Amino acid sequence: MIRFDGVTKQFPDGTVAVDDLSLTAPTGKITVLVGPSGCGKTTSLRMVNRMIEPTRGAIVIDGQDTARMDQAQLRRGIGYVIQHAGLFPHRTVLDNIGTVPRLLGWDRARTRERSRELLERVGLDARLADRYPTQLSGGQQQRVGVARALAADPPIMLMDEPFSAVDPIVRDQLQDEFLRLQDELDKTIVFVTHDIDEAIKLGDQVAVLRVGGSLAQVAEPAYLLAHPADDFVADFVGRDRGYRSLQFQPSPRLPLRSERTVVLGERPGEAGSAWLLVVDEHRHPVGWVEPGRVGDRPVEDADLHRGGTLARADGTLRGALDAALSSPSRRGVVVDDSGALIGTVLAHEVLSAIEDTDRPERDERDPVRGGAVDVAGEQA
Amino acid sequence: MDWLASNWRTVLDLAVSHLYLAGVPLVVGLVLSVPLGWTAKRWSRTYFAIITSAGLLYTIPSLALFVVMPLIVGTKILDPLNVVIAMSVYTVALLARTVADGLTAVPDHVEQAATAMGYKGLRRLFGVELPLAVPVVAAGLRVAAVSNVSIVSVASIVGISQLGDLLVDGYNRVIWGELVTGILATVLLALVLDALIVAGAKVLTPWTRAAGGRA
Repeated sequence: MIRFDGVTKQFPDGTVAVDDLSLTAPTGKITVLVGPSGCGKTTSLRMVNRMIEPTRGAIVIDGQDTARMDQAQLRRGIGYVIQHAGLFPHRTVLDNIGTVPRLLGWDRARTRERSRELLERVGLDARLADRYPTQLSGGQQQRVGVARALAADPPIMLMDEPFSAVDPIVRDQLQDEFLRLQDELDKTIVFVTHDIDEAIKLGDQVAVLRVGGSLAQVAEPAYLLAHPADDFVADFVGRDRGYRSLQFQPSPRLPLRSERTVVLGERPGEAGSAWLLVVDEHRHPVGWVEPGRVGDRPVEDADLHRGGTLARADGTLRGALDAALSSPSRRGVVVDDSGALIGTVLAHEVLSAIEDTDRPERDERDPVRGGAVDVAGEQA
Repeated sequence: MDWLASNWRTVLDLAVSHLYLAGVPLVVGLVLSVPLGWTAKRWSRTYFAIITSAGLLYTIPSLALFVVMPLIVGTKILDPLNVVIAMSVYTVALLARTVADGLTAVPDHVEQAATAMGYKGLRRLFGVELPLAVPVVAAGLRVAAVSNVSIVSVASIVGISQLGDLLVDGYNRVIWGELVTGILATVLLALVLDALIVAGAKVLTPWTRAAGGRA
C-alpha cells in the first residue's frame, strides 16, 4: 500500500505542482492519476520513488516512510515505465530487461533466464532478444519497457503515460495485455495518464487532479462517471459519461430472439428480411448481408457488411447497446464465451434493461477513499 | 625516394617516437577529460569555468609550453616527458568540452530511466552515460589525434626527436627528399591514428549500426 500523506511539492521558482495530496494506492490494485497538463500527476508519481523530493508531507509504503529509505535501494524495488519506454539504446532487448536484476547483483545466467521469461510474458518473439531498441516498433519498445520494469519482480510499479506514444490500435492491445498481466501479477500500480478513457478502462480507482495539484475526486471508475464531485470533474470525465458508465454495468438477462442465419459460401435462400446474419461453420457471426443483392448465388466475403459489433451474453450493458446501435439490421448480435451466436437483441430492449438497473453507488467497503476527498453534492 | 631508401630505419624510429609522443597524451588526456567533462555536465555552474579554461589552455603556443614545462613539473629540459605532459594538456583542452557535450547529449528519457532504476555514481557513468557518449567523444578524439600529431613536430626545436626532425633538417640543409618524407610520414601517421579511433568507436557502438530490420 502506498499512502500519500499531505504531500506538497513546491518548486524553487515558487510553482506549486502538488498541493496537500492525501491518497492511498491499495496493494494489488491499479490507481490511476488523471488530470490536465500541470495538475502535478507526474510530479506525484516521481515523488514515490524519490526522483522528486516532496516539500512537505510523507509518502509511506507499507508503513515505511520513503524519506528514510536509501534512494537507489528504494528505486530498485519499484518498477518504472515511461512514455517513450526510455530503453537503453546501447543495450540489446535482453540486456535492457535484465538491467535491474544485474544492479541487484544477480549473476549473468540467472538474469538472462529471467529476461527470456519476461520477453515471452509480455508477448514478444524470442528472436527479438538480441535486437537493439532502434530496431523495434514503438509498441514493441513499450513492451520491453514493461518487461524491464517487471524484471526483478518489484511489488510496486509506477507507470508514466506508458501507452500515450503509440497509435490507437496498438494502445488498445497494450492496455488489454496490461490488464491481463496485472490479473496474474497483482502489482500495486500507480498509473499516470491525461486520457480519461484510459483511466476509466485501467483503473481500479481513479484520482482526478486539477491544475495546481490538488485532488478533485478519487473513486472507482463507475462511481466517478455516475457521481462527479464537482463541475471540474464532470467536465473532465466528458460528455459521453452516461453511455460510458454502462461499461461497468453487467448485462442482466436480456430477452434474446433467435436469428435466421446463412453459412458463408452458401445460398441465402428465401429472403425473409432486408438483412440476413452470416455465420461461419462454427456458428461464429462474421457479418450481415442483404439477400436481395446476393440473389441466388452463394454469399461471398465481399458481400459482407461488417459494421456491427458483437456483445457477450455475460458482457456489459454498453456492449449490448453498442451491438444493437452498430448493427445494420438494428438487431444486436449476442454471442457466448466461445464467440458462437446465441441470438439478437434490439436497442429498446437494452434500454429497458438499463432503466431497470440502479446507477452505481459507492461500495461502502471501498478502502481507497483518501482523506482529502470532498464529495460536494451530486450533480444530475 | 633515394633519400628514403637509405634512411628508412631512421624514419621508422622517428615515427615510433612521434606516435608515442602524440598517442600517449591522447590516452592520458581522455582519462583526465572524463571526470572534468562529467563535472561540467553534473554541475552546470562549473560548465562555463571548465570549458573556458580548457579552451584557453589550447591557445598557449606549443613552443612556449615545451620550454616552461621543466620549470613547472621539475623535469630535465631534454626529457620527452615535457612533451608528453604538454600534449596531454592540449588533449584535455579539446576533449573536456567533447566529453561534457557527449554526456549532455544522452537522451532525457534514458537518463530518467537510469535514475528510476537506481543507477548512480560510477556505475551510471560507465554503464549508461559514457557508452552513449562514445560517438561524440570519438569525434572529438579524432580532432585531438590529428592536432597532436601536427603539434608534436614543433618539439624538434627543443631537442625532442620525432618526425619533425626531418622537416627541420630537410629545410636547413635543403634536402627535398627528407622534407617530403617528413611531411608524408606525418600525414600517414595522422591517418593511421584516425583509422584506429574510428575502428575502436565502431567496436564500442554496435547499436548505432543496428538500423532497419524492424520486426
